[in-house]
Amino acid sequence: MENHQPLLEQLMTTHAGPGFEGAVRDVIVPHLRSYAQAVQVDVMGNVVAQVAGCGEGRRPRVLLAAHMDEIALVVARIEAGGFLRVVQTGGFDPRTLVGQEVVVHARGGDLLAVVGSKPPHLTAPEERGKAAPLSDLYLDLAMPESAVRERVRIGDRVTLSRDVYLLRNRRLAGKSLDNRASIAILLETLHRLQQLIHQADVYAVATVQEEVGLRGAQTVGFAVQPDVAIAIDVTFGAFPGQAADESFALDAGPAISFGPNLHRKVFQRLVDVAERHRIPYQIELSQTPVGADANAFQVAGPGLAAALVGIPIRYMHTSVETGSYADIEQCARLLAHYIAELDMAQVEDLSCY
Amino acid sequence: MLLKTLSEAFGPTGFEDDVRNVIRGELDGRVDEMNTDVLGNLIAVKGAKKPGPKVMLDAHMDEVGLMIVQICDGGAESGLLKFRALGGIDPRVLVSKPVLIGPDRIPGVIGAKPVHLQAPEERQKPIPMDKLYIDIGAKDAADAKAVVKPGDAAVFATRYAEFGDRAAKGKSFDDRVGCALLVEAMQTEVPYPLYGAFTVQEEIGLRGARAAAYQIQPDIAIALEGTVCFDVVGAPSHGQSTVFGKGPALTVQDAQTIADRRFAEFMWETAKRHGIPVQWRRVKGGSNDFGAIHRVGKGIVGGSISVPVRYIHAPTQVVSLDDVENAGRLLRAVLQEIAEGSFTL
Ligand SMILES: [Zn+2]
Ligand SMILES: [Zn+2]
Repeated sequence: MENHQPLLEQLMTTHAGPGFEGAVRDVIVPHLRSYAQAVQVDVMGNVVAQVAGCGEGRRPRVLLAAHMDEIALVVARIEAGGFLRVVQTGGFDPRTLVGQEVVVHARGGDLLAVVGSKPPHLTAPEERGKAAPLSDLYLDLAMPESAVRERVRIGDRVTLSRDVYLLRNRRLAGKSLDNRASIAILLETLHRLQQLIHQADVYAVATVQEEVGLRGAQTVGFAVQPDVAIAIDVTFGAFPGQAADESFALDAGPAISFGPNLHRKVFQRLVDVAERHRIPYQIELSQTPVGADANAFQVAGPGLAAALVGIPIRYMHTSVETGSYADIEQCARLLAHYIAELDMAQVEDLSCY
Repeated sequence: MLLKTLSEAFGPTGFEDDVRNVIRGELDGRVDEMNTDVLGNLIAVKGAKKPGPKVMLDAHMDEVGLMIVQICDGGAESGLLKFRALGGIDPRVLVSKPVLIGPDRIPGVIGAKPVHLQAPEERQKPIPMDKLYIDIGAKDAADAKAVVKPGDAAVFATRYAEFGDRAAKGKSFDDRVGCALLVEAMQTEVPYPLYGAFTVQEEIGLRGARAAAYQIQPDIAIALEGTVCFDVVGAPSHGQSTVFGKGPALTVQDAQTIADRRFAEFMWETAKRHGIPVQWRRVKGGSNDFGAIHRVGKGIVGGSISVPVRYIHAPTQVVSLDDVENAGRLLRAVLQEIAEGSFTL
């Protein structure tokens, strides 16, 4: 196998929002099975794949987690004419929804819809200065109201519809690169670990409901109680108008996060591994608990040593999220080498302050 | 399918080559002759020697698009492309859309700063065009310049698909739906000279049609268009213009034309006689090629038949396939009744 990019492209056109991650889970479970001794799905829907380390006695336990869900919408109202009003399940900027194609996941099957926009011919100059809130947007199924009422129910989920575009320099654009890119990192890491000897037992986890509050991570952190819990999630790619400490260059390697919520010794070790193996990396600083699964891991059960790594993407939470497959590979190298070098002495040192 | 091929063809205003080639291929061997003029209009002719009236049908090949104006160098902008609109585009529909650029159809995306990094007051306002960039994945300006240059035109990368209840989505139904109707009409047999003008640069002021009409000097002209349709939730009835699925629309008055009442009534009555649904277009704004055609030379009699297009000038436009079909039926009926002498000049 060359790499997991074709799988990533498949995942980016698969629809799975918070609480309905099934379609992505179905795609990745067979791939996890090819690397793991056991793959289980817990009551929340998290997927936990176990890859045993080698050696007798107590072995380090490391959890790697990437969330499967993407931001979504939910049908809240069917209006006269069969137009749908929606509410958020995750954080869309309503301005980026205007004119988008979406998929309504109805009982009888998926339905394509278009988010309406007013033609410029009918738009008064003063309207141009206003951005419509989500409550003013509507979905057009191009069906009579009676047909809509037959097929669509309040509560039906809605996700973006977008092809994947392959850009220059191994960059790719589409929906849900947040966080399918990190699912690819998870699998690329397991692939590389097959070539390495590692003592650590690895729990490769695909979590649910990250976009609505890190909910899957909370239960899986508690259930597994690893020595080290590493969340893999995307961060902000550099773009004009952003602060320097919130901008990470594409193709400059993974970002390793540092801050009170993350274990400083795991952070330092990740940096050391990157240096020794000449893996390009960037450092992201957080002053508050991070907006990723590592936030929940730190306080799961008795408390865990948490870390956060990930690749930068541009245009986060839109249908054209853009990242580099080269960064995905570098992030996987970093994680594979970190795991291969993890031993019990390091684990014991995590509680020494 | 012709509408799909035409919808996905690349034809921003002034760069209609791809559309012209598709049409030329379709009509090759099916008309007496085809010529291009100095502006780039494609004019197909059938039965030039037949007795009158000389009838001109018009559809514009161009679509609204974008033009690359700068390849950014240095800083966080490096390798990103600045652009401006070719034709009327509301900047609010641009964010988070893929585009295809230039003759090699280089893919890119229009992105903006993520919502997480926007201040609350920023979120209330639309993102202006000068804060938007096209990203082709270039590492820097030199990398971008290897495949794109200022002056390259771009279109939305929207695929055609049928969905809903007898509906289709795609880009540039304004006016590829007219082009498809005209290609079909040029294959019908009529006892008078029939000219099919596939025009350029409608979107920046009906420019191709004016020259085409001057060259053809028709007795009767009919523009085939995609027109504004905004019959959606919350839209006041006076602002809807047309109703989706209720048939082709005839114009009373738009920004460029006060309809030739006699010809409009003739088309309306023809529709009624043939049992074809038809509606009046109910807004004053917007225009089509007939606005230019009717003022050419000593003046030309005629009108327009329009297909309602929801989200016209946006990346994804929506038409009713019934409306498209009924517009074709109406056009055939009108051509037939002209042949039968139902409309006297
Ligand atoms: Zn038009
Ligand atoms: Zn137009």
